[in-house]
Amino acid sequence: MLTKLFKSIKASFQAFNFIYLSLLLGSALYALKTFHIYMDIYEEIILLGSVGFFTWLGWNWNHFKKIIITVFVISFFAIQLYAGTLINNESVFLLKYLISSQSAVMWMNVFFVLALLLYWLGLLTRNNLLDDIASSFTSTAVIFGFIGLLVRWYESYLIGLDIGHIPISNLYEVFILFCLITSLLYLFYEERFSTKKLGAFVLIVINAAVGFILWYTFDRHADAVQPLVPALQSYWMKIHVPANFIGYGSFSLAAMVSSAYLLSSKKILTSYLPKLTILEDLIYKSIAIGFIFFTIATILGAIWAAEAWGGYWSWDPKETWALIVWLNYAAWLHYRIVKGLRGPILAWWALIGLVVTTFAFLGVNMFLSGLHSYGQL
Amino acid sequence: MKSITFNLRKVNQLLISMSFAVCMLVFLGIASIIGTILKQNEPYENYIIKFGQFWFGYFEKIGLYDVYHSVWFLIILLFLVISTTLCITKNTPTMLKDFLLFKDTLEEKSLKAFTHHLTLQNKRKINLSRIIQYLKHEKYKTKEKLKESGDILIVAKKGNYQRLGYILTHLGVVVICLGGLLDGNLVFKAQEMLGYKKIETLDIPASKVSEVSRLHINNASFRANMTLAEGASDNVAFVRMKDGYLVQELPFKVALTDFRILHYSTGMPKSFESDLVISDTDLSQDIKTTISVNHPFTYKGITIYQSDFQDGGTKLNIELISLLASKASQKIEGKIFEKVKLDKDQLTYEFNDFRKFNILHLKEGQKEKPRNVGPSVTYKIRNNSGQAREFISYQYAMPIDDRSFFVSGMRETPQEEFRYLKIPADNQGSIEGFMVFKSALQNKALIETISKDMANQSIDHDQEGVMKESFENSINKLMTLFAQGGFSNIAESIDKNIPASDKEKAIQTYLKIIDIASVELYKKQLKVSNIKFDQSSVMFIQDALNAYSDMFFYGSPYFFELTDYEQKEASGLQITKSPGQFWVYLGSLSLVLGIFSMIYLHERKLWLLIKSSGRVILAFSSNRKNLDFEREYKKVSGEISKIIQ
Ligand code: HEM
Repeated sequence: MLTKLFKSIKASFQAFNFIYLSLLLGSALYALKTFHIYMDIYEEIILLGSVGFFTWLGWNWNHFKKIIITVFVISFFAIQLYAGTLINNESVFLLKYLISSQSAVMWMNVFFVLALLLYWLGLLTRNNLLDDIASSFTSTAVIFGFIGLLVRWYESYLIGLDIGHIPISNLYEVFILFCLITSLLYLFYEERFSTKKLGAFVLIVINAAVGFILWYTFDRHADAVQPLVPALQSYWMKIHVPANFIGYGSFSLAAMVSSAYLLSSKKILTSYLPKLTILEDLIYKSIAIGFIFFTIATILGAIWAAEAWGGYWSWDPKETWALIVWLNYAAWLHYRIVKGLRGPILAWWALIGLVVTTFAFLGVNMFLSGLHSYGQL
Repeated sequence: MKSITFNLRKVNQLLISMSFAVCMLVFLGIASIIGTILKQNEPYENYIIKFGQFWFGYFEKIGLYDVYHSVWFLIILLFLVISTTLCITKNTPTMLKDFLLFKDTLEEKSLKAFTHHLTLQNKRKINLSRIIQYLKHEKYKTKEKLKESGDILIVAKKGNYQRLGYILTHLGVVVICLGGLLDGNLVFKAQEMLGYKKIETLDIPASKVSEVSRLHINNASFRANMTLAEGASDNVAFVRMKDGYLVQELPFKVALTDFRILHYSTGMPKSFESDLVISDTDLSQDIKTTISVNHPFTYKGITIYQSDFQDGGTKLNIELISLLASKASQKIEGKIFEKVKLDKDQLTYEFNDFRKFNILHLKEGQKEKPRNVGPSVTYKIRNNSGQAREFISYQYAMPIDDRSFFVSGMRETPQEEFRYLKIPADNQGSIEGFMVFKSALQNKALIETISKDMANQSIDHDQEGVMKESFENSINKLMTLFAQGGFSNIAESIDKNIPASDKEKAIQTYLKIIDIASVELYKKQLKVSNIKFDQSSVMFIQDALNAYSDMFFYGSPYFFELTDYEQKEASGLQITKSPGQFWVYLGSLSLVLGIFSMIYLHERKLWLLIKSSGRVILAFSSNRKNLDFEREYKKVSGEISKIIQ
């Protein structure tokens, strides 16, 4: 019994896994040791919890492990280059043009745009090589995006110790997060279903977000780090926001695959795309994963609201729209599972679901006012 | 009798049907959307302005101003709860049976009716233990049964916690809704309908509010507000409702010793904090505590939150600087939330708000950082007949376009934006320069003097006196016109007296004369003050002319100068008792666990009937038949076929 256990542990502890785990644990312990005076107990739990979550993800998905290791190494290098002074991002060549937060985000944008073009070329010419390049460009964009966020996290502390915070607190930052999470979800399914033909569709919604980031940066100059308003100063933000965006990302993925499904079912691009049953399965899986994370996010939001505003549910427009999104997908799941509904109707529904989700995400900030005020357009 | 039970069954069937549940979900969604589009719980006047008196009444009746607490909204929720409950009670027995039992009574015929089944012919003796071992390896639970006929049936299943997931999920939904209802105002609603309780709509002190509008200390659930000025204490809070409020009595007393706003270096608020003292006869010692946003305090099941802040009655010293020649400036003292009546002018000043910091965006464009322009006071000036205009005045001059202005805004209704009067600061940064300029313009004798001077300078001595006199007269007239009504007065006169073809030219000439005459006036009047005329004064006069002209539309005879203040803040606390919270959280936990197991556990069932004749029938089933299921079927049936054949 013991020898069997030992053997299986040994088998899974390949060198790579070992590097990965020690990197995650090492950084977490280092952060705990150096910064524990700035953290409360919940933040320490979240830190360790995220080590667990990332380990689990990496164990199950090799590609993710590679991405995370690359991100960690480069971000660490960037932080060394800063050497504790913010203006270095103007003077150090590598920072200025490659891996300061804003440059890394720009590179992310560039690679996403290229990936979209290549995916379409690959789809229309049935060229698998182009697909492979597009896929690796998407991974590269994800790496740059994560570097951008991590370095931004560090930069925010260089601006001021009391200003520093995790970069998921305004629209600019969460749009980057959205791009990253949606791409990761897509890359996962790309590998699992061994089809790279859907990138052409999924990258559309990601590039829409890229467009928004560019507009927000150049037209609004909203990419500067802003200090947190009192309501956002809570450890809940660290789990509420990512959970929400896994939800948004999955729903977007489902909608884009649905658009491929609808085209294919109308005999457009049919021979280029995976079989309808595969697309359908992917839509379901994506909505299911989104639903569970969105549920968790909404509940976490309620718990946070109870602490910040004095009530777990205030019918604030953002909350209410989250509920509407949630009800919509709950109904979708019931029609599929309980009524056994299949086919184009569900795909249309998933596509309309994205409109509702987008309104909850953006429209509420633009048209309705309420307690959630992390980003006004 | 029979027909009643029949109908009940029909009603039951309707309620339990998924279409009905989805209908309720859709209604809930639509109602929620209405609630987010129409701003909820605003003061009733706002709705009257928006919809007009006629529609206002109807919309009030159907509860549009507080959708989420209206009777019909609660009824939808109730139906959803009923429908889900019925759904659980109907499905739970089968789900539990599925979870607990192995279905081991199936015969060959029924196995062959499965969509996924397979008949094999074995060649050698079947190695039962290998099959079982394989299934165990694939994490199946198994059960063997020897039938009377000598056949052997192996039943295997896995992932059957999925069935419990259904119960957890839907029970979670019901518990959350019931928890929410517990925290809603159902009890009050019932009491109001029965006439026991009434909303108070008059603005009177809490102690004067009558018993029918008071909620007892033992009230199980409430969400109330309390505003405490620094140094004040209270043991009642207010529950805002419709167009009025209720008084909630508290089992303890809360006192505010200090309220603070901490700022980041950029001027943005970083933290709102209140130092509280809670006293209760049950306590031997008062509790001292500090609350801030995200850090509430709970005592006796009642939680106190930092929700907002306002002025607590700041004392103001004000100089009212007269803008009209006929009035004299005066000093008054005021206090926020109080009034000062100026008997001579038949005006009442009502002070509404004081702000110590105002972070404003003074320049267009995002690159320019907002900055703090210092204190401001908002107030109303009400005249004899009760009409009021609202004003905002800033204490210090603001830098605008590289110059400095004393700024004050005015609006006639709350819906409008403020329109600003911008009085230029003189070269010593004071408002005095403008006052000098203004008094010069309002001095008839002085205007006559400079008119004469200008006429003398510009027209040669040897020419006829008539021309000189007429020029002098027109300067005098022009400046008097301006002094009496600014540029609009001049425009009016041009419109009336000058043919359209000459207008353009006349305007230019007039403006030039006004400019020159104003410089002269200002210089002359400066002699009695200690301000020196310099280069910047030319620009100053332009601004002063504009300000003088705008003054006539300002709506107050006085410019408001805040000379000193003594700030007193008030903290806005939210005080809640929420017994449903526990149930909502519990339901949420159940919901999450349930959804997890429903989505991530895959229920699989397998039957293997080994006939004594040597035939083997394999059947495979699941309550979700998707691609994963097909994959698993292929794998498991393939392996088992290999073992058997
Ligand atoms: C707001 C209310 C409800 C929510 C949030 C909800 C949520 C869910 C979820 C998340 C699933 C699982 C979907 C999946 O496995 O992917 C599910 C399944 C199901 N729901 Fe609901 N539900 C609600 C109301 C109802 C009602 C009213 C009924 C009955 C009419 C019902 C009947 C079912 C049934 C029969 C299943 C399938 C169970 C199975 O085969 O495993 N649900 N529900």
